[in-house]
Amino acid sequence: MAAVPMFALAPALPEIVLAASALLLVLIGALRGERAAGLIEALTFVALLVAGFLVVTQGGERLETFGGSFVVDAFARFAKVMTLVGSAAALLMSGDFLRRAGINRFEYPILILLATVGMMMMISAGDLIALYLGLELQSLALYVVAAIDRDNARSSEAGLKYFVLGALSSGMLLYGASLIYGFTGTVSFAGIAQALQGEGHAGAIFGLVFIAAGLAFKISAVPFHMWTPDVYEGAPTPVAAFFAAAPKMAAMALLVRVFITAFPGIVDQWRQIIVFVAIASMALGSFAAIGQRNIKRLMAYSSIGHMGYALVGLAAGTAEGVQSVLVYMAIYLVMTLGTFAFILSMRREEGPVEGIDDLAGLARTQPYAAYGLTILFFSLAGIPPLAGFLAKWYVFAAAVEAKLYTLAVIGVLASVIGAYYYIRVVKIMHFDDPAGAAFTPMSAGQKVVFALASIVILILMLPGAPAPLNGAALAAARSLF
Amino acid sequence: MTVAAAFFYLFSCVCVASAFMVIASRNPVHSVLFLILAFVNAAGLFILMGAEFLAMILVVVYVGAVAVLFLFVVMMLDVDFAELRQGFLQYLPVGALVGVIFLIELVLVVGSFVIDPALVKTPIAAIPPASEMSNTAALGHVLYTRYLYFFQASGLVLLVAMIGAIVLTLRHKPGVKRQDVARQVARTRDTAIEVRKVPFREGV
Amino acid sequence: MEWLTTVAIILGKSLLLLVALLVFIAYILYADRKIWAAVQLRRGPNVVGPWGLLQSFADLLKFVLKEPVIPAGANKGLFLLAPLVTCVLALASWAVIPVADGWAIADINVGILYILAISSLGVYGILMGGWASNSKYPFLGALRSAAQMVSYEVSIGFVIITVLLCVGSLNLTEIVRAQETRGLATLLGVPWLTVLNWYWLPLFPMFVIFFISALAETNRPPFDLPEAESELVAGFMVEYSSTPYLLFMLGEYVAIMTMCSLTTILFLGGWTAPVALPPFTWIPGVVWFVVKVCFVFFMFAMVKAMVPRYRYDQLMRLGWKVFLPISLAAVIVVAAVLQVTGWAPAS
Repeated sequence: MAAVPMFALAPALPEIVLAASALLLVLIGALRGERAAGLIEALTFVALLVAGFLVVTQGGERLETFGGSFVVDAFARFAKVMTLVGSAAALLMSGDFLRRAGINRFEYPILILLATVGMMMMISAGDLIALYLGLELQSLALYVVAAIDRDNARSSEAGLKYFVLGALSSGMLLYGASLIYGFTGTVSFAGIAQALQGEGHAGAIFGLVFIAAGLAFKISAVPFHMWTPDVYEGAPTPVAAFFAAAPKMAAMALLVRVFITAFPGIVDQWRQIIVFVAIASMALGSFAAIGQRNIKRLMAYSSIGHMGYALVGLAAGTAEGVQSVLVYMAIYLVMTLGTFAFILSMRREEGPVEGIDDLAGLARTQPYAAYGLTILFFSLAGIPPLAGFLAKWYVFAAAVEAKLYTLAVIGVLASVIGAYYYIRVVKIMHFDDPAGAAFTPMSAGQKVVFALASIVILILMLPGAPAPLNGAALAAARSLF
Repeated sequence: MTVAAAFFYLFSCVCVASAFMVIASRNPVHSVLFLILAFVNAAGLFILMGAEFLAMILVVVYVGAVAVLFLFVVMMLDVDFAELRQGFLQYLPVGALVGVIFLIELVLVVGSFVIDPALVKTPIAAIPPASEMSNTAALGHVLYTRYLYFFQASGLVLLVAMIGAIVLTLRHKPGVKRQDVARQVARTRDTAIEVRKVPFREGV
Repeated sequence: MEWLTTVAIILGKSLLLLVALLVFIAYILYADRKIWAAVQLRRGPNVVGPWGLLQSFADLLKFVLKEPVIPAGANKGLFLLAPLVTCVLALASWAVIPVADGWAIADINVGILYILAISSLGVYGILMGGWASNSKYPFLGALRSAAQMVSYEVSIGFVIITVLLCVGSLNLTEIVRAQETRGLATLLGVPWLTVLNWYWLPLFPMFVIFFISALAETNRPPFDLPEAESELVAGFMVEYSSTPYLLFMLGEYVAIMTMCSLTTILFLGGWTAPVALPPFTWIPGVVWFVVKVCFVFFMFAMVKAMVPRYRYDQLMRLGWKVFLPISLAAVIVVAAVLQVTGWAPAS
């Protein structure tokens, strides 16, 4: 018998820890029932922290295991840390909301945990099979949490809609993957890149289009964005907060990795796709958000727009471009988590509210919250000198450097239009008369996330403060080339 | 060889015919039964290829478990499928177009499918001759080594599916009497029986 | 024309096995009724032939000569196909059962999986029959049976895996041979005491679970919910009469025989003698096999006579909450023990 290859498990240690703790927590939940919900939530949080610690301490070199299916490099570590931060923050601020809504089931943190494992597997994917399995693990968990408020018709609708469209996009992705396998004869990214050197790969480009479509769905980029507003609005707010952060980070990282490491030979072909998707997303994110009255829908369109901006960096196709994508996603993650921490706390005595009009006069009823939110919204709008501006500056600079002038100009125009609706919210908070009673106080978790996010955005304004982030992102980006 | 060829044509003809009947038959229960027939014949084809383990697993998993539950549900549904099929022809042009596009792509792929000669020389594990190792063992040798990661990841995906199904559908009905075997067994004569003096002509 | 002779030999063997099996089943049926009667202090069949020995053949004639009645609203094709499916599938699994060393029609590599596959198909006959009858009780019976058989198949599968772990092969002949040559008796230094080698002793909990699951898998009392006569009249067989009914009955008993043989092969050492010394070794293997099958069937019959029927929720609870966790844990424990002690069969 041929020697059985044994693979090193150390590179996948964070994932293994997370998966094992998910199994353990399922067991605890099954034995103790709903009483264990609080305990499981806390333990999930600890598991995410431990995984984050393990990722950080993995060192800087590139590691491969499972025959190249699992890759850990600086890029993966950066994206994983961001993903874990997103998941942990979403978990931290959602407990209170779920308890009040009566849907604090012990499966919720476990599903978040398993979704996070899926995301980390996506980020570390070294071939198409690993990509698909990670994606499916993440998506399946997300479909379920979208519908977790199962007695609520809108939540069930959100889950079902997400599931049907998600299954369709997975189908497209698989079809594209099979085409690519057919044309290159291999599933590993490195092998595909090798096979696609030279001229004439019409069939592989066909496959690439399908893969791009499948992945665009996961980051909710136009034209595969239709599910986003409905799912954000219908799903319970903590779920929307989770959707807006970690999965976006992971899917964007996966997109970058696939395009940069598997298709470096046909940059000119895929750049067209990315440019189109970026322009469409930025435009739709800016225009469609204007008429929104529900803050969750507003955030949905906002996230569509932000994905467009991030893709501008990818369109450049250079290390600087990838660096700008990572910086953009990191800052987006912080802003969106902070905003959602506040949205989660929007609750009057009679229950949670989601209207933008409910924010009227917030500056008078809750000045600190209003100032924090103002910072976050200005940053989302990209007003200098806040972090959001910084992020946009990097992606546009990368685009200009790659001579994508039209794309950069359109991006700037879109962000100017997009600024309107963010500023409108700020105006409503500061200059309109209070619409009703003050919101009930924030829970501790929401306070922590909200305050941290606002402070991080403020700190990034200081000269020299973005340097560590830029450095880490650059190291991460370089590891792909 | 003739016997194998005859069986090949038998299995494949029945398989294709029953696959067609799955979409063509009017009664949904018949459709499911044809689907099962198609599965069984596919298993037969696997056996002809020498993949007996896959054949048996196909029957055990798909025919023995999945299709049973499928049939179970279809039998209990009261759906008029003829009515559902009313708009079928209306979508035929679009469907046909998509089908033709996919067909063209498939032809493109198959037409230019070239296995890299370098790949054949470097399989995950050397392919052992059938006389040395049964294909069950051969499958196990790659599934638990090279593809260990995918195997475990698929396990996690299935775990999520299971948790999801339970989260979304399990409802604990209040007031349902459940059997507690330990309590039943722990009952003694004292806790179960009460001896009473029943006065004459009065009852309990 | 070489293949023609091969085919002819296979057909001849099959026919021989079929006839032997059917005659055996005629007397198994008789034994079933006699044992049941004895437990209830009745006499049982005693009119046709000496001590009623020809009762089963009289029944056969009676069923065949009666008129088959097909209900007006029934789905005729499926209605008639259902008993045929049940009977043919039940017989098909006998193709791989080795009644003595080398005495199997097809000694295939994945024999045990084949039996599992075929027995899992058995549910289709019942489902089709219940649905095609277009009647309330048959349908309820069919639904019960589908859920029941799928549930117990899971634990049967896991129990089989524990045995396979010890053997290292999916071939039924190999499974018996492994019990002949190595096992507990060899470890204890008494290799001639084959009865200790058999897996019933080291895997005793699995043996019990397998036996009970086999009852459920074959719809035998106390798990005869699909045909529970006190609730569902006769379950999926309500509308059947004459030959179709006979085929159902036959299929059921053939399946019971399969399960008895499988128990024999997996846990009772198949055709091997309990003590590998003369005079036991003078007796041919096939006799040992039949004796063991009869013993297992005797237990089947005693259970039927003595245990009251389970309620449906009890049945499901037993399958999913007792057997499944235990057998799952057993797979892990057995694998761990084999690995740690180094008793695992070489691959």
